[in-house]
Amino acid sequence: MIGVISYLVFFATMAGILAIVVLGLNLQWGYTGLFNGGVAAFFGAGAYVTMLLGGRPEPGQFGGFLAPFPVAIVGGILFAGLIAWFFGVLTLRLRHDYLAIATFGVAIALESVARNAEWLTGGAKGLRGFPRPLEATITALGGGDNFLYGLFFLALVLAVLAAVYVGLERLTRSPYGRALRAIREDEAAARSLGKNPVRLRLESFVIGSMIMGAAGGLYVAFYAYVGPQDLAPILTFQVWAMLIVGGAGNNRGAVLGAFLIWAAWTASGFALAALAPQAMQLYTGPIQYILIGSVIVGMLLWRPQGILPEQIRQQGRN
Amino acid sequence: MIQNLLDGILTGAVISLGAIGLTMVMHMLRFANFAYAELLAIGAYAALVFDRVLAALAPALATAFKPLTVSASLALATLLAMAITGASAVVVDWLVFRRIRAKADALSMVFASFGVALIIRNAITLAFGHNAQLFSQDIAFATVLSTDPLILVKADQVFVLVAALALMAAFHIVLTRTSFGFALRAVAENPTLAQVAGVRLSTMIVAVWLIGGGLSAAAGVFYTLTNHLSPALGSNFLLPVFAATIVGGIGSVYGAVLGGFLVGVASGLSLAVLPSGYVPAMPFLIILAVLLLRPHGLFGEDQA
Repeated sequence: MIGVISYLVFFATMAGILAIVVLGLNLQWGYTGLFNGGVAAFFGAGAYVTMLLGGRPEPGQFGGFLAPFPVAIVGGILFAGLIAWFFGVLTLRLRHDYLAIATFGVAIALESVARNAEWLTGGAKGLRGFPRPLEATITALGGGDNFLYGLFFLALVLAVLAAVYVGLERLTRSPYGRALRAIREDEAAARSLGKNPVRLRLESFVIGSMIMGAAGGLYVAFYAYVGPQDLAPILTFQVWAMLIVGGAGNNRGAVLGAFLIWAAWTASGFALAALAPQAMQLYTGPIQYILIGSVIVGMLLWRPQGILPEQIRQQGRN
Repeated sequence: MIQNLLDGILTGAVISLGAIGLTMVMHMLRFANFAYAELLAIGAYAALVFDRVLAALAPALATAFKPLTVSASLALATLLAMAITGASAVVVDWLVFRRIRAKADALSMVFASFGVALIIRNAITLAFGHNAQLFSQDIAFATVLSTDPLILVKADQVFVLVAALALMAAFHIVLTRTSFGFALRAVAENPTLAQVAGVRLSTMIVAVWLIGGGLSAAAGVFYTLTNHLSPALGSNFLLPVFAATIVGGIGSVYGAVLGGFLVGVASGLSLAVLPSGYVPAMPFLIILAVLLLRPHGLFGEDQA
């Protein structure tokens, strides 16, 4: 029984971290219509910088400054924001799909740095050893058992998720959120009313990417490990599938989609591992990828608004 | 250094062939197609299958033309693969992109193309396995052009470069000498005006997918001939072909050709200074440089 519960805690922690990423993407795509083709890059940038700042020192390895967790994660968030700002400035004035190509390129470039710059990123083996926040204190409280710490960490993730959710709800219901939707729907009309589309897009893109960076920081604290596969494109695909299934432009939908798709992904992984014949075991990954691709294409064709569609509130009627 | 340059020119020819179709699709249908590079993989695997089938049906076809490793069956298989790949590009457009085009904006198509790429790439992995494959088990002997610095060239590489240039020249003649080519350029320039002048847009879209698919299939075969074939072929060429279209300017066929060679040569030369692990990031640095210096590319005119 305790095994099942600790697995559920583990599952919910990971789903919660992914839900934060999906909320960040929802601000960019759902509310502002910006295509981020490199979600994994911003998540990974946050994760790596959090690890470098807050990790333990290793011989021959840059980083390991043992910064307190809040300081380390803020560093990760700022770095993710910095990358987003740089590429936003370069591409947001151009054709709308330039952002998609540039962010896709950022993800590939960062992945190759993560794989090759061993002094900085540990190369293919990644970086491990991260002092998790309050671990010693809470494990001692639980009598040396780490179940209580798992619960604590889940609570931490859910608290961040709730804070991001509430913050985004307030932001998107405010006049600022209406301005974002206005430039998404009709840029010329928004500009004629004095809104600056390039600046609003840039702000939305940077804030969304910082949220993804925060999720990356939590991820590092959860696993006490980060490696190049955390920057792999599949994360970008998963997060996009979560958003489109839940409903772009709806924050509740974004969270729902994250939990649903993560459950489906984990369950399909278990099912394939248990049911697929020995010879097929090497190919369970591709089967899961085809499922994710089919979910994306199928939703776009048959239910592009997702499970919980965007709700446009009529002003002045309530 | 010279060896890197030569290898880069060869890769550049493959990237150019891939980028010609992508730049036309991105200009006419106005979306960055992340599934486009999978056409290279479809083409190469289709050629692999046809080659085996033809060689089994008529073993006489399977003898290689020395000093190449190319046989008559592979040449025929490549032509069949170009047709099949063009047709599959049209089918994907019908099944997915046309339907999304009808009801949503261009960025939804970008999104869908991500999903399509994921499906195609992994379906190929399921069908053919993760392992690298070759068309022929014959060893392609390299000719030593010079010993200091050491420069090696294989007959296959010369053949691939000549064939790629010939395909580009053929397409150039079609564009500049035939009424179909005029129609294609007219649609690229101004779709509305072209339609007023009696060009059927839907026919032109099919034509662009067929041409793009055909050229990409050839690119995939050429790459396999000089390297090897794996399901990652499409994803490895995705960023290079995007870089080529952005360097050349979206919509410019000649820009895409030039951009392809630039990206190929730059990646080749970068091997002389950088560890090989960084080569996948090279096209990204080129995109970055273009965005900083000349955002609309060398010959581009797309402003919005």
